Amino acid sequence: MSLTQDEVFEKVKEVLIDALGVDDDEVTADATLTGDLGAESIDFLDIVFRLEKEFDIKIPQGELFPDNVLQNPDYVQDGKVTDQGMEVLKERMPHANFDDFESDRSIEKVAEIFTVNAVVKFVSMKLG
Amino acid sequence: MRWIWIDRIAQLEKAKSCIAVKNVSMAEEHLHDHFAETDDHPAIPVMPASLVIEGMAQTAGILVGHARDFREKVILAKITKAVFHCSVFPGQTIFHVATLERIDDSGASATGKVHVIDHTQSHAAPTSAEKLHVADIELMFSHIDQNMSGLEFPDHNFVFTDQFMDLLRNSGFA
Repeated sequence: MSLTQDEVFEKVKEVLIDALGVDDDEVTADATLTGDLGAESIDFLDIVFRLEKEFDIKIPQGELFPDNVLQNPDYVQDGKVTDQGMEVLKERMPHANFDDFESDRSIEKVAEIFTVNAVVKFVSMKLG
Repeated sequence: MRWIWIDRIAQLEKAKSCIAVKNVSMAEEHLHDHFAETDDHPAIPVMPASLVIEGMAQTAGILVGHARDFREKVILAKITKAVFHCSVFPGQTIFHVATLERIDDSGASATGKVHVIDHTQSHAAPTSAEKLHVADIELMFSHIDQNMSGLEFPDHNFVFTDQFMDLLRNSGFA
């Protein structure tokens, strides 16, 4: 199955509308899942399950939304992600854009990495 | 206090589906208040939709727990959708049909369909009563020992209590 980026976006949008109960016009490419769309922790699992079904792909735990990174003291110190932590995040999230996050690195800002665009890019990479 | 809103497990297919039965009776006190007589209308006993959802959550929760031999503490985390097409009244028998959609180490998702057999419509031919489609429900469950924030919970499985295991045993599934 070969889908254009726009087609992937439209399907991701439907997934997010169903999983989060948000309106069509709220799901923009730059919207953050937690800040703008109100996703909570269980919603991330819901989103992963729905993406697997919608695109017929397998998403191992932690691949789309990395776990156990922010709990590691080597990766977070004084409330900020360390250089080592940044390397790990970038390696595990090649689908995310870290440009804005680089300037602050506060763990409160990590949620801003998880945008609709990051999900679209992740799915596109999975589909090859 | 018994907070189990299903009477019997009728079918249980590991990691696939579970069907539970609940008979709605006027002996249930909540029906006396939902809805009580007022100056404007007589008493109208209706099974609260929230308790129908609870029954489905318990049915699907058993399905999710059974899929991993009740090693996980299965907590209802989210009702993604609950659409009701009609109400449930005393004298009707509810069928909760839960289907497992996805399960992994973190949790599971399930879909549920609620039907009733309306015995009040079956006087002429009691065995031919039709099932009415009551509701469609989507649910998410968390395996809370696998939570990402690293919180720890007691070792014993406080979700699947003796009451749940008795229900399974009495239904012939444990």
